[in-house]
Amino acid sequence: MSQNQVALHARSLTMQFGGLRAVSELSLEIPVGSIFGLIGPNGAGKTTAFNMLTGVYRPTSGWITAFGQELVGLRPYDITRAGLARTFQNIRLFKDLSVLDNIRIAMDQDPKGKRFGIVPAVLRSRNVVVNEEAIEAKALQLLKIFQLDSRAQEMARNLPYGDQRRLEIARAMATGARILLLDEPAAGMNGQETASLMDTIRHIRDKFGMTIVLIEHDMKLVMGICERIAVLDYGVKIAEGTPQEIQRNPKVIEAYLGKAASESHG
Amino acid sequence: MSQFPLTHPGGAHGFVAAWKWLAALALVWILQFTLVGDLDPYFFTILMYAGINVVLAVSLNLVNGFTGQFSMGHAGFMSIGGYTAAFITLFLAEREPALLQGMSGELVFIGVLLLGGIVAGAAGYLVGLPSLRLKGDYLAIVTLGFGEIIRVVILNVNAIGGARGLPNIPALSSFGWVFSWVVFTTFVVWRLVNSSHGREFLSVREDEIAAEAMGVNTTRAKVRAFVIGAFFAGVAGGLFAHYLRYLNPQTFDFNRSFEIIIMVVLGGMGSISGSIFAAVFLTFIREALRYLKDSGITQLDYRMVIYALMLIVLMLTRPNGIFGTREIGDLLPARLRRGRLPQGRAEGIIR
Ligand SMILES: Nc1ncnc2c1ncn2[C@@H]1O[C@H](COP(=O)(O)OP(=O)(O)O)[C@@H](O)[C@H]1O
Ligand SMILES: [Mg+2]
Repeated sequence: MSQNQVALHARSLTMQFGGLRAVSELSLEIPVGSIFGLIGPNGAGKTTAFNMLTGVYRPTSGWITAFGQELVGLRPYDITRAGLARTFQNIRLFKDLSVLDNIRIAMDQDPKGKRFGIVPAVLRSRNVVVNEEAIEAKALQLLKIFQLDSRAQEMARNLPYGDQRRLEIARAMATGARILLLDEPAAGMNGQETASLMDTIRHIRDKFGMTIVLIEHDMKLVMGICERIAVLDYGVKIAEGTPQEIQRNPKVIEAYLGKAASESHG
Repeated sequence: MSQFPLTHPGGAHGFVAAWKWLAALALVWILQFTLVGDLDPYFFTILMYAGINVVLAVSLNLVNGFTGQFSMGHAGFMSIGGYTAAFITLFLAEREPALLQGMSGELVFIGVLLLGGIVAGAAGYLVGLPSLRLKGDYLAIVTLGFGEIIRVVILNVNAIGGARGLPNIPALSSFGWVFSWVVFTTFVVWRLVNSSHGREFLSVREDEIAAEAMGVNTTRAKVRAFVIGAFFAGVAGGLFAHYLRYLNPQTFDFNRSFEIIIMVVLGGMGSISGSIFAAVFLTFIREALRYLKDSGITQLDYRMVIYALMLIVLMLTRPNGIFGTREIGDLLPARLRRGRLPQGRAEGIIR
């Protein structure tokens, strides 16, 4: 995988909420096909950074490009179509729809896929039916990667917690995006589920060349699969490097150990 | 049938896939030319209103139930469609009365119905675009205001009868036309919610922020659902105008919108079968209650009291409506049930 090609590039991102500067002058350069970790204590501004990258919040200042395309000012759905999709820290599945429909909704929006107008959809033209069948087959294939194919017909809200997290990742992938932003994908998972999730994340990177940025508190996961890690503290990036470099970095140790009493993770 | 069958119906498409709908349409016209003439006129009137209410409830369900946007302006769109259609047929009745006879009358009628629907749909676009872009319940407020504005405007425009109303509208609505539109509206809404467009609508209802994050242009989806809903309300207005043969701005006041909302909520937001059932049921109940008073069984008009009590009891016992989000077909085999409606609304901080 070529390491010099940049998938996602953020420069001097700042997010000001009234008197609170949640993220300050954050710059990131994430190579295509890499697994990149974004860590930091609670309230450090990690999710806010994701919200800026995906257009949920418009940064107070700064620039973002994905595969060279400028993203600031685009609506979230345009950013997704430009190849950047995400999951949410507080799972936001379409809870009362089936697992399959969660995937299909995302797949319908893939810019590489076909789109049909309202009239052919209502008349159920031949092309529409053929496309529906193709989408369904593709969705089931994708679900298989996440070991969810046997649950395709179940309502999303009825899945166990770990499966809901995996479904959210699958749904983000279904959009056809090449960059996935995963906000605490292992939160609430047990050790075994986390290990299997690590395998899946590696697998989708290796097999599909996805670029993955993940926020995570589980240090074993972060250190185990990330090639590079950036550390946020109070909205400021205090360090960036390989897992080994991060583990040795005195600033990082201070940010975490200084809070060790009040924070239970790490 | 579950909402989205796992296996798509064997690749059937076009007319083949639509045979049930075509059969229903054929049945409507067979009935029109056989049974309908012999029906008791009072029963026939209720039947016609029931049909018109089905068109209204099913189309409103697309907006309020499937897309999760709370519109209170359905009567407003109904009046736009009704007045548009009636204005043209009245004009023709004066200038070219021959055009309204026989077959050409039927053609004119279908034309003015479509035109009324299109004008109502255009109004829906103008009202919907600004209010649907905003998150939150602006649509309810804007459509409520819109309904009142339309009513006041009509009240003050003499060319369309003003407060006197529009009398002597040609009697062009027939059982055949009303129930053809019942079939057509149900067909369009059913096919739509079971397509990729319908999935967009549902994703908006489920979680707007997640829908946008998955690439769904939620504003466009909402406006589409809203315009289609307004179109059918406009058509229903035309059917209504040419059956009652008299239009008056009061006919389309807020109570009318509310009645349609009740049908949708009672039947189940997101259930087409539920809307059909509730529309027919409530139309008949209202008439039965009217009969109670007219026949002198009670002196007072208990109608609204009984009506309201019944709704309260129903909503307490079945808070998601009679059908929930299920369809009549779901009741046959135990299959995927889509259950309750989500309460999910965008909250402050997005994590
Ligand atoms: N929409 C918002 N309005 C005001 N403050 C916010 C908003 N979103 C996040 N914040 C604040 O920004 C800070 C960073 O939050 P967040 O990005 O969620 O942290 P993390 O994901 O690193 O735990 C917190 O103090 C949080 O309360
Ligand atoms: Mg967070």
